[in-house]
Amino acid sequence: MKLEMKDSPGQLVAALKPMSDVGGNIIAVIHQRDPDATDDTLNVQIVLELPEGRLDDLVTMLKKQGVHIQRIGEERLLYQRTVILIGHLMHTDLSDTVDRIDSTGFAEVSELSMSMPAVTERSSSRLTIKSVTKDDMEDAVAILRTVAKEKDLLLIEPLEEIL
Amino acid sequence: MKVAIIGLGSVGRGVAEMIAKKDLGIRVTGLADSKSGCIDPAGIDLFRVLEKKKKSGCCGDKNISALDVIRKAPYDALIDVTPTNAMTGEPGLGYVMQAIKKKKHIVTSNKGPIALAYKELRALAEKNGVALRYEATVGGAIPIFHTLGHGLAGNEILAVFGVLNGTCNYILTRMADEGLTYEQALLEAREMGYAEADPSYDVEGIDAAIKLVILANTIWGNGVKLDDVDRTGINLLTPDAMRLAEEEDCTVRLIAEAIPKKGFLRVAPRIIEKSNPLVVDGTLNAITIETDMAKEITLIGRGAGSIETASAILGDLLFIRDRYVERS
Ligand SMILES: NC(=O)c1ccc[n+]([C@@H]2O[C@H](COP(=O)([O-])OP(=O)(O)OC[C@H]3O[C@@H](n4cnc5c(N)ncnc54)[C@H](OP(=O)(O)O)[C@@H]3O)[C@@H](O)[C@H]2O)c1
Repeated sequence: MKLEMKDSPGQLVAALKPMSDVGGNIIAVIHQRDPDATDDTLNVQIVLELPEGRLDDLVTMLKKQGVHIQRIGEERLLYQRTVILIGHLMHTDLSDTVDRIDSTGFAEVSELSMSMPAVTERSSSRLTIKSVTKDDMEDAVAILRTVAKEKDLLLIEPLEEIL
Repeated sequence: MKVAIIGLGSVGRGVAEMIAKKDLGIRVTGLADSKSGCIDPAGIDLFRVLEKKKKSGCCGDKNISALDVIRKAPYDALIDVTPTNAMTGEPGLGYVMQAIKKKKHIVTSNKGPIALAYKELRALAEKNGVALRYEATVGGAIPIFHTLGHGLAGNEILAVFGVLNGTCNYILTRMADEGLTYEQALLEAREMGYAEADPSYDVEGIDAAIKLVILANTIWGNGVKLDDVDRTGINLLTPDAMRLAEEEDCTVRLIAEAIPKKGFLRVAPRIIEKSNPLVVDGTLNAITIETDMAKEITLIGRGAGSIETASAILGDLLFIRDRYVERS
């Protein structure tokens, strides 16, 4: 998101505090004085991960601090989806399955939990996928569907609150 | 109002009993099972026939067939409660067509004819000026089609999804609650009488898919067929998978889902938050409808049972009586 604030000491700190308060994870802070700017405002660009659904709270808190938000790039929101895969996961090269998501560049498997039954039995695993946009997430899950079909795995997708 | 009932199994018996017990102004003038039939314009003594069926396995005269009843009995509405055949729709399809051509209203709990030939039947019913109602085909006692057709009239339906098969829901509930394997839970479902000897129709998601097809055709008139449904059953689920879902405060349920805008028409086990109203226990069914004005509405109720299904059938009958037929 792009913030605009008064160029006075403490302003930036005042803006960053609510971000951690809502459980955000600040990835980058870029601030530069616009050479054409005539007033004493400071433009700051902040890249942060936010838990889903907390953006509105953050915006309210920032406004209370007198911080003006110029633009919120929704693409900076992080999407997360958890799926379960069942089948012969090791025989079918689980690391390749994960890599098919990771290699896209727009999504990654951020967590993996796995059950280890007897070697001959089917195993189950839970994968959490993260992506930058919702469309990326749809694409990542579509890839996983293809891989599951290819490798004869059962893919259990979450029922999202939709539309 | 005069009705003829074809089929006197679990549902047919429930309907006959409730008509006999309640003073609803409904008179049964024709009745048939697979081997016999009876016709009485003055009204059949239902208690006697039910007793006879129990004792002899036949409800009437072996020289009178179901078709004879449909052709000759004097009735306003035909109640088709014969077995579902998803491939041919028979015997229900033929019976229903015959009755519509005779300008009789139709109430059915039989999924076959509606899933296979909805468009044709709807057109034929319209041409003959009769009602075609099938509340009992989806969600048992849940008044899903009354809700869609009347309560939510004027809404654009964006999506419909839910738990449409009680057998699968029972198995998944037991796997989640007790850590049973699929095989153990299925065995238990059989012992409880919730699963057939051949459970494939339920556990492979075919039954849920047929109901989804009926919902989609009713709501969007899109002519989808059983083969169009992307279908995955529950038979490959593991207790480990249930536990992995549990760790995230979720569980797994067989969800049938139609979202035309996303191109989704599918039945599959899905991870679902336990707080979701669709997470119902045992053999219950639950359906969420998403609309432009009302937003989400979830209906929960019994998806099967003799009297429960009779409730849906009587709801249809009384709707027809009030809308089309005078009390008699
Ligand atoms: N059970 C439920 O809870 C439930 C819920 C919703 C919908 N449904 C649907 O409702 C329908 C009836 O279910 P049900 O449980 O009552 O089934 P059922 O117990 O098997 O009863 C079927 C009845 O249809 C009769 N029948 C079979 N073939 C016939 C034929 N060719 N001509 C005339 N009658 C014939 C049978 O006669 P005989 O008695 O001579 O064998 C029997 O009386 C099915 O389509 C089912 O899918 C059932």
